[in-house]
Amino acid sequence: MIEQRSHLYGVIGEFATPKELLAAARKMRDAGYQCMDAYSPYPLEGLPHALGLGRKHNMVPLVTLIGGLMGGLGAFFFQYWANVYSFPENIGGRPLNSWPAFIPVTFEMTVLFASLFSVFGMLGMNKLPQPHHPLFNSDRFQKHASTDRFFVCIEARDPKFDLAAVTSFLKGLNAQNIAEVQDD
Amino acid sequence: MSAEHNNSTPPPVRGIVPILEPGHTYASVTDKIASIVLTRPTGWGWIGGFAICFSIIMLLLVAATYLISVGVGIWGIDIPVGWGFAIVNFVWWIGIGHAGTLISAILFLLNQNWRTSINRFAEAMTLFAVACAGLFPLLHAGRPWYAYWMFPYPSTMGIWPQFRSPLIWDVFAVSTYGTVSLIFWFVGLIPDLATLRDRAAKKPAQIIYGMLAMGWRNSARHWHRYQSTYLLLAGLATPLVLSVHTVVSFDFAIAIVPGWHTTIFPPYFVAGAIYSGFAMVLTIAIPLRKFYQLEDFITMRHLENMAKVMLATGLIVAYGYFFEFFMSMYSGNKFDVYLTQMRLHGPYHLVYYSLILCNILTPQLLWIRKVRTNIPALFIMSLVINVGMWLERFVIIVISLSRDFVPSAWGRFSPTFWDYATLLGTLGLFTGLLFLFVRGLPAISIAEMRELVDHTSEEQA
Repeated sequence: MIEQRSHLYGVIGEFATPKELLAAARKMRDAGYQCMDAYSPYPLEGLPHALGLGRKHNMVPLVTLIGGLMGGLGAFFFQYWANVYSFPENIGGRPLNSWPAFIPVTFEMTVLFASLFSVFGMLGMNKLPQPHHPLFNSDRFQKHASTDRFFVCIEARDPKFDLAAVTSFLKGLNAQNIAEVQDD
Repeated sequence: MSAEHNNSTPPPVRGIVPILEPGHTYASVTDKIASIVLTRPTGWGWIGGFAICFSIIMLLLVAATYLISVGVGIWGIDIPVGWGFAIVNFVWWIGIGHAGTLISAILFLLNQNWRTSINRFAEAMTLFAVACAGLFPLLHAGRPWYAYWMFPYPSTMGIWPQFRSPLIWDVFAVSTYGTVSLIFWFVGLIPDLATLRDRAAKKPAQIIYGMLAMGWRNSARHWHRYQSTYLLLAGLATPLVLSVHTVVSFDFAIAIVPGWHTTIFPPYFVAGAIYSGFAMVLTIAIPLRKFYQLEDFITMRHLENMAKVMLATGLIVAYGYFFEFFMSMYSGNKFDVYLTQMRLHGPYHLVYYSLILCNILTPQLLWIRKVRTNIPALFIMSLVINVGMWLERFVIIVISLSRDFVPSAWGRFSPTFWDYATLLGTLGLFTGLLFLFVRGLPAISIAEMRELVDHTSEEQA
C-alpha cells in the first residue's frame, strides 16, 4: 500500500477586482517570494510585470521564429533539391531553379511551421496538458478562478515559505478566503 | 468608443450603440454564454433544424458515394467546361471562410474590440467553410483515393509534385489555411473550455471539457505565453488569409484562358472573399442572436459595422468588375473583347446580369443608415450577396471555359441533379456543423467578454 500522505501545496487567497490582484502581485514580488503565481479569468495587462516575469520567461516569440525559419528554408530548399537534383525536368525552357514559382509554397510552409511551433511551444512551456493540479482541490478556486475572482497562490516549495508568515502576509494584502491547498 | 461621459449610467452618446449592453459583470457574461451550452435544454427548434441538416448531409453522402463509384461523369462537366460546379463551389466556400480569419486576426491586430463577440463563431464558420471547400477538389479529382499524390512524399515513382503549378500551391495554401484556422480557433477556446469544465454539473461534460481544456488554470504565467501565441497567430494568419485567395486566383490568372489571364485577380478575389464572408457572418449572426437571446452581446453596432465592411468590400469588387470590363475592351485582344460581349449577350447573360444586380446594385442600399440598422433587410441583403458571389465564380469559370479560342472547341455547361445535390449537401454539412458547434461549445469567447466587461467598466468609471 502506498502511504496516504497529504502535502501542503501552498496558500491561496482571492480578490474581487483586477486592481487588487495587480497590487498584491507586486507586493508578493517585493516581499521576495519566487514560487508564487496569480490567476485571473482573463489576461491582465501588467500582471506578468507585476509578478516579475522577465523577457526570458516568455520564449514563445523565439520558438515561433525558429519554426518559421525552419519551415521557410526547408520548403524552399526542398523544392530546389527536388527540381534541380532529384528530378530535373525542362518545363517550357524555364530554369530548373525557377525560384519565383517556389515562393507560394515557401510562404505557406513558413506560416504553417511558425504557427505549429508557436502553439505547441506555448503548450509545452506551460506544461500542458496537465489534467490534474493541486489547485483544483480548492473548491473556491475551481468555482471562481475561471469566472469572476482573482487568486494568488504562494507555494510551499518557495524557499521563504513559512505557513504562518505567508498566511499573515496574505491577510495583510486584504486577500479573502485565505486557505491552505493540499497536494494529494 | 465614447469616453466623454463620466456618470455611472452610460447614456447613448451621439446615438452610438455600445458593443456590450451596460450592466454586465464577469459572472453574468460567463453565465449567459456558458448556460447556452451547459444548462439550456435542447429545444425542438434545435432538434428540428439539425434533423433537416442531417438529412441534407445524407444527400451529400449519397451524391459523393455515387460520384466515387461511377465517376465525375454524373456531373454536368465535360470538355471544354471541365471545371463546373465543383470549382465554383470550392472558390465560393473558401472565400466565405476568409471573413472569419479577417475578424479574428486582422481586427484583433487593429484593436477593434467590437470583434470580441463575433470572432468565435466567425472562426468556426471559417473552419466549416474550409471543410466544405476542401471536399470539392477531392471529389472533382475523380479518384480521391489518389489525392495524396499532390503531397511531396518519397514515392516509388521517383517524381515530385510540380511545384511550378498553381494547383499545387493551392494544396499547400488551403491545407495550411485549414490547419492554422483550426489551431487559432482551438487556442482561443482553451480558456473557455476550462470555464465550461469548472461549471459543468455532470460528470461526462466535466471529463470531455476537462480533457479539451488540458488542465488550463488561468495562471498568469500561462496567460503571458498564451497572449504571445495568440498575437503571433493573428500576425501569421493575416498574410496567410491574403495569400490563400491570391493563390486560388492564381489557379485562373496563370492560365491563358480569356477572362482569367489578368493581374487584377488576386486583390479582387481577396476583396470578394471578404465580401461574401461578411455576408455569411451576418447570415449566421442574425438568427444566432435572436434564438439564443444574445442581443446584449451582438449588438446593432456589430451588425452595422459588418454592413459597412460589406459595402466597402462590395465597392472594391465593383471596381474589379469595372476594370475587368475596361481592360478587356482596352486590350484590343479579340478573344478578350469577345468574352466580354459573350458575358453581356451570350447564353449565360442572365447569370451575369443577376451577378451585377446581387453584388453591385443591391448593396448600394447599405449607404442608407435605416437599411444598415434594419435586421430583416440586412439578413436578406446577406443572402443576396452570398448568391451574388456564387454567381461571380460561375461567370468566371463557366463562361470563360465554354468559349475560348477556337469555335470548334466551344461547348455548353448545364448542371445535373448531382451537381445541385452536392452543392446543397455542403450547405447542409456547413449548417449542421454550426448547429453542433452552437450546442457544444461557447459561441462567444467568454474570456474575451470578461476582458470587455473590465474595459467598458473602466471607461464608464
